[in-house]
Amino acid sequence: MQLARVIGTVVATVKNDSLKNRKLMVVQSLNKDLKPQGKPMVAVDAAGAGVGELVFWCRGKEASFPFKREDTPTDCTIVAIIDSDSHVCCG
Amino acid sequence: MIIARIIGTVVASQKDERLEGKKLLIVRPINLDGSDTTGYVVAVDTVGAGFHERVLVVAGSSARLAQNMKDSPVDAAVVGVIDTVDIMSPET
Repeated sequence: MQLARVIGTVVATVKNDSLKNRKLMVVQSLNKDLKPQGKPMVAVDAAGAGVGELVFWCRGKEASFPFKREDTPTDCTIVAIIDSDSHVCCG
Repeated sequence: MIIARIIGTVVASQKDERLEGKKLLIVRPINLDGSDTTGYVVAVDTVGAGFHERVLVVAGSSARLAQNMKDSPVDAAVVGVIDTVDIMSPET
């Protein structure tokens, strides 16, 4: 799992039926200093995150596990919302 | 998932039987501002997307979790046609 910032939303009316009613967010991956790293990705929201929030997300097949796992085609899912930026402590 | 633009199609008569009846698209990943990046992916279409549309592409084993793709030998699938992408401004 990695830290990321939710930077936007995606609207897609025509989509695979298994993605119906799922919220799609644009997330920017962050390093431990909360600086952007890598390219933004589109993630399915499993935590109810909003734009601007700090979250963590998982990639790969595990990304479908918060939903019906054999039925949701996602490789990138927001799984938790971090309480605030100051709750990220790195030694 | 990545945002990509459809740049072409592929026709393959000889293919795995589980790919029969599926449309194969060539998609190019794009940046949030719509500019092209390099590279391309061949992805199976699950939504009926058209040429030059912005789409969502799922990669890896999750691609075959899309409806009608069960047990298909696929590692990239087009799962949505993008209407809009809203990005917050950096100063907010």
